[in-house]
Amino acid sequence: MADLSVNLAGIKSPNPFWVASAPPANTAYQCHRAFEAGWGGVVWKTIGDPIVNVSSRYSSLDIGGNRMVGFNNIELISDRSPETNFREIAECKKRWPNHAVIASLMTDTRENWHDYMKRSVDCGADGVELNFGCPHGMCERGMGSAVGQNPDVIEAIVGWVMEVAEIPVIVKLTPNITDITRPARAAKRAGADAISLINTINSITQVNLDNFCPEPYVQGYSTHGGYCGPAVKPIALNMLQACASDPQVGLPISGIGGIGNWKDAAEFIALGATSVQVCTAIMHYGFRIVEDMIDGLNDYLDKKGMASVNELRGRAVKSVDKWETLNLNYKRIADINYDKCIGCNLCYIACEDGAHQAIDLVDEGGRGLGPGRLPGKKIPQINVEHCVGCNLCSLVCPVENCITMVDVETKKPHMSWKEYQTKLAAGEIERIPAHP
Amino acid sequence: MTLKPRITAEAASQSMAEIEPKYRPQEAKVEADRCLYCFDAPCIMACPTGIDIPGFIKKIATHNLTGAARVILESNILGASCARVCPTSVLCEGACVMLDRDEKPIKIGRLQRYATDHVFDNKINVFPVKARPNGRKAALIGGGPASLGCAAELARLGYQVVIFEKKPEAGGLNTYGIAYYKLTPEVSLAEVNLVKSLGVEIRTGIEVGKDIAMDKILAEYDAVFLGVGLGNTLKLDIPGEDKQGVVEALEFIDWIHTRPLHQVPVGERVAVIGCGNTAIDAVTQAKRLGAKEATIIYRRGEEDMPAYEYEYEIAKKDGCAFLFHTAPVEVIGNGSVTALKLVKTRNNAEGKAEVVPGSEFTKEFDMVIKALGQQKQVSMLKKLVPDLALDKAGRVVCDAQTGQTNVEKVFVGGDARNGGREVVNAVAEGKKAARGIHAWLGGQVTAGPVQNSRLGNKDGITGSGFDHPARVPELEAAYYQSKNEVRHG
Ligand SMILES: Cc1cc2nc3c(=O)[nH]c(=O)nc-3n(C[C@H](O)[C@H](O)[C@H](O)COP(=O)(O)OP(=O)(O)OC[C@H]3O[C@@H](n4cnc5c(N)ncnc54)[C@H](O)[C@@H]3O)c2cc1C
Ligand SMILES: Cc1cc2nc3c(=O)[nH]c(=O)nc-3n(C[C@H](O)[C@H](O)[C@H](O)COP(=O)(O)O)c2cc1C
Ligand code: SF4
Ligand code: SF4
Ligand code: SF4
Repeated sequence: MADLSVNLAGIKSPNPFWVASAPPANTAYQCHRAFEAGWGGVVWKTIGDPIVNVSSRYSSLDIGGNRMVGFNNIELISDRSPETNFREIAECKKRWPNHAVIASLMTDTRENWHDYMKRSVDCGADGVELNFGCPHGMCERGMGSAVGQNPDVIEAIVGWVMEVAEIPVIVKLTPNITDITRPARAAKRAGADAISLINTINSITQVNLDNFCPEPYVQGYSTHGGYCGPAVKPIALNMLQACASDPQVGLPISGIGGIGNWKDAAEFIALGATSVQVCTAIMHYGFRIVEDMIDGLNDYLDKKGMASVNELRGRAVKSVDKWETLNLNYKRIADINYDKCIGCNLCYIACEDGAHQAIDLVDEGGRGLGPGRLPGKKIPQINVEHCVGCNLCSLVCPVENCITMVDVETKKPHMSWKEYQTKLAAGEIERIPAHP
Repeated sequence: MTLKPRITAEAASQSMAEIEPKYRPQEAKVEADRCLYCFDAPCIMACPTGIDIPGFIKKIATHNLTGAARVILESNILGASCARVCPTSVLCEGACVMLDRDEKPIKIGRLQRYATDHVFDNKINVFPVKARPNGRKAALIGGGPASLGCAAELARLGYQVVIFEKKPEAGGLNTYGIAYYKLTPEVSLAEVNLVKSLGVEIRTGIEVGKDIAMDKILAEYDAVFLGVGLGNTLKLDIPGEDKQGVVEALEFIDWIHTRPLHQVPVGERVAVIGCGNTAIDAVTQAKRLGAKEATIIYRRGEEDMPAYEYEYEIAKKDGCAFLFHTAPVEVIGNGSVTALKLVKTRNNAEGKAEVVPGSEFTKEFDMVIKALGQQKQVSMLKKLVPDLALDKAGRVVCDAQTGQTNVEKVFVGGDARNGGREVVNAVAEGKKAARGIHAWLGGQVTAGPVQNSRLGNKDGITGSGFDHPARVPELEAAYYQSKNEVRHG
């Protein structure tokens, strides 16, 4: 049994799994249920001047039989009063002293930020998270992503907060920006203790083709909603890695975006997250999903011989680098396992029409019939000369481990684009001929 | 005597191979992803041991196979054999919500097997932490599924547990009785080892009441659990029953489990009397082991037979024959059986089978297998615990939730309590009795692993099947009857 406990800038929790600031973290009742189920922390639904929500708030991207692959919402911050929220946080802390309860805040003036910070300390919260991310509604009022998209404003506001901060301050970033490291650096400059990312992404998930209005709609009109759920994970991982590897950021990170199981969480941790936060997966299945997260992460760490989750943190950060550092002389090609191939020829047509015409359809030629192959039916064969090792066929193939990518010995030394340019300039080598 | 082995080792290994092969990883993943992960899932309610089915399936979907197996084995220590032998179509899978979406139910049994095989095949210890001893001792009589279920639960509550089993190996009918093509003795014995690994001591070859006195056990232990199962097969009570070639179903099935398959003697033309699940097991295995003809003889009609639908399908697929509305009146033969004298029967006005006058005929058989059901162990139970209350059917009377009998110290579970149901019922009753023992001795019993809804676990069919087992066909029948409706589709 590995040690799952984490410490994010002084906020301690028994495991890295936190409920993200969102509807699952709305009330003390939900907070109790979350901790009972096994969650290590809860970031309270963003507290601010109580808002009024519209009716019909969510929409989703469904793919095939899978519901909510992507999820969007046009909800605002908490619709409950700050008094109620802070009182309930105090209740939760009393009952769960060893779990992390973090107050998420959003307000405007310096006085108000000071006031909310003090009340957060008074209610016993372990830390605060500043919501500079909400991409709808709140930004029109000069808050949320309107702040998060402007590094100077971030720096100023975080500065105000730090003037009175007695507990750790996490800055939650919006992904609706070109370079995520800029707001992250601004938070650092202003003295924040940690960052969390990502909040939701601007989106329209679908258009109703009968009334010509995107979902979700409010009496015939819609608005841009915040996108999250499994589909946003790659975007979140990318931004997480960018911040984790940037020496000018250098802050502990709470990773958010599309996490639904222990594997997702482990990937975030490997790319530098200390804790992870979950919203959509809880909204889909309830708090009980944390049980597999704890169990699965534990089992994985045991298998890898890691005594603590901290040993996993950041393990993959270094293996992401600039394109110009990648080895141009490395080669891999596709390899078909004919014992597994079912003869769907999806690999063939993908490569033929969508890639490099490196798969031929040939006679079965003594390879025998695999499962589902008709006698006399041609089978796909990789043309090793033409295969550029793009992975496409192996991604398309519906049979697990049927097409694998195998390394080819090129007998050429390591040479990155950068080295290539230097050697070329020095006249040490010939230009690599263009692809025919 | 014409009973002799009729099949080569190679042919036997094929004909007796498990009917549902193991999932390949991708099949398991695809099936697991199909599960909706229902809350308060009906499949859980229909599992007598209350396994958190969506919980373990979700773990298969995330490749957390060890975790999946742990979820299963925590609720049901015999999860690997139950995965193979449970009548899933009337239990968990019969309750799956997919059926109401006009889709195939999730293959819970096969997924359960996939997860449990993973830990058994790879020798992964899913219960590395031993319970702290609580200083109490319990004796479990019989080493079948009921006692194993009870033992695992007691061991995990900190008890020192000793099982007394009269046979050379523990496992009960799982080791010696279930159809070979569903469950091999190896799987059963691996589960016995899992129970041992929890610290349970199993003393085999010891018959309580003969090799050790019950009084001694009652004096030495804080609590006693009766998991003695049922007794021998009922008699035919017809002339010629003692001829050679007439065997009890359980004896024939025992041969299958204790000898190499190609050395199990079978007749060329085999009659099986009765039409329960045991009869089906006997007739299909006789056929699979080389009998030319294997015929079920049943005094009622197809619609009356107690065997499950899918069991009947297996027998038909195996090419077994069925003589419905037929009853044996005499075993014919000179020393060994050569034929059966039979009569036709019909259901009378009260629905009882009666003989059709003048319908007598004979049919050649060289082996007759008696499968009329097992007797209750009334005399043995009375001898072991003279004050023990039994009902009219010979079942031990007990409290439904705790398994406690009228003799305070004595608890009961399994076939001896329910008159003969399934392995999973035996495990669940064993587990219930363990908790009953613990509560009776002043211990605290914790709730199941599933998080309740806001409304909590109310009485009735919500929550875990362990607390409120629901049998789908029975519930549905009762529901439609109460509405005076016939179910369509
Ligand atoms: C042929 C057959 C096929 C079956 N097929 C299925 C199936 O496919 N699926 C399914 O779910 N169920 C099936 N069952 C039912 C299932 O096997 C039983 O419900 C289950 O084994 C009951 O468990 P138990 O522990 O109560 O009894 P048993 O399994 O009968 O175990 C009782 C044990 O107690 C021992 N014992 C008895 N008296 C003493 C004593 N005095 N001292 C020491 N030891 C003693 C016995 O030797 C035995 O090992 C089948 C049953 C039969 C007969
Ligand atoms: C309905 C809804 C409401 C949300 N409200 C807030 C909020 O009040 N404050 C906040 O910081 N983030 C809010 N979020 C964003 C989530 O905290 C989280 O950053 C985002 O959903 C990505 O994680 P996920 O993919 O696990 O859902 C909300 C998300 C959703 C879906
Ligand atoms: S999820 Fe609940 S609140 Fe939302 S629309 Fe459905 S019933 Fe109403
Ligand atoms: S995609 Fe895979 S299964 Fe289909 S033909 Fe190609 S190799 Fe075979
Ligand atoms: S009822 Fe079916 S779909 Fe629902 S949790 Fe159970 S197995 Fe999955």
